[in-house]
Amino acid sequence: MKNDPTNAASRSKLLLPRAKHDHIQGTIDAPIALVEYGDYECPYCGQAYPVIKAIQKRLGDRLCFAFRNFPLANSHPHAEHAAEAAEAAGAQGKFWEMHDLLYENQEALGDENLARYAQALGLDARRLMSEVLTGAHLARVREDFQSGARGGVNGTPSFFINGVRHDGAPSFEALLAALVR
Amino acid sequence: MSNKSKIEQPHPRSNESSALPAGVTAPDFTLKSTPDQSVNLSDFRGQPVVLAFYPADWSPVCGDQMAFYNEILPEFQKLGAELFGISVDGAWCHTAFSRDRKLHFPLLADFEPKGEAARLYGVYREADGTTERALFVINGEGVIHWSYVSPVGVNPGADGILSALEELRNNNEPK
Repeated sequence: MKNDPTNAASRSKLLLPRAKHDHIQGTIDAPIALVEYGDYECPYCGQAYPVIKAIQKRLGDRLCFAFRNFPLANSHPHAEHAAEAAEAAGAQGKFWEMHDLLYENQEALGDENLARYAQALGLDARRLMSEVLTGAHLARVREDFQSGARGGVNGTPSFFINGVRHDGAPSFEALLAALVR
Repeated sequence: MSNKSKIEQPHPRSNESSALPAGVTAPDFTLKSTPDQSVNLSDFRGQPVVLAFYPADWSPVCGDQMAFYNEILPEFQKLGAELFGISVDGAWCHTAFSRDRKLHFPLLADFEPKGEAARLYGVYREADGTTERALFVINGEGVIHWSYVSPVGVNPGADGILSALEELRNNNEPK
């Protein structure tokens, strides 16, 4: 579009899943890449959560899905700690388990809930909460946020398909059509 | 007039816009930021200013452009910029909207004469009585460095603004 000063090629690369850095489901060299910038307290992200599961089931190993943090901390007071809790769970090897639990329990994301979810997943809940409360993973969350802000995220959830923002509805039909195009 | 709202409908005309382009001096204006306070654009010479014209307060949550910029605000501030949202809504409407969305930057009321500032910048939508979803980054000398008009239904995000502000910062650094 006119007057767009961003370098489309380098921007697009930023919006592809990155091995060793991103939380990824599927293999990094799968032909279709889907990156979500999401907020655990955002109701629209909550609606998209089962849609992504269904898309993953449908596309199988053709899809690489990556999740990046984009907590809207002013609108959603629990979003940042929830994001840090998922990262802290990731440090103990259970990022996706925590990611799923958070989206399945969006109405209960207070610190006491986060501790309970850590316990339920068999994690060291004390360590996890200490990391959340001291901001041990805050830099990582902010890094995701900044990459999204620079990459064209315009709300949550924002989806990027092979590096290009999906401006259509985040419904199963619309996402699937855009992914297999 | 049909009673169907035209606001927020996709409108594929970004390339036909008459928005003021880069290189043009930003027209000055004085607009209310609260029912009893005004903002003069020229008072902000010496620092970059971001003007974000948007169609109306109270569009849906989460995808809302102003609430989104509220989250990105620290990134704008790191680059030394002042951000203003501008729509044709009145100052009391802005006050209520701003409070509801907990905005940390001013919303300016382009309310009387209606849309005068938007007209100066070439982004008034006569048929709708609202403004385009238009972005302007103005440099410290008061010259437009970058402008962009988004389809009304698409939140333009912040990447274009951040890139323009970074360019300004890099231009100002001693070579």
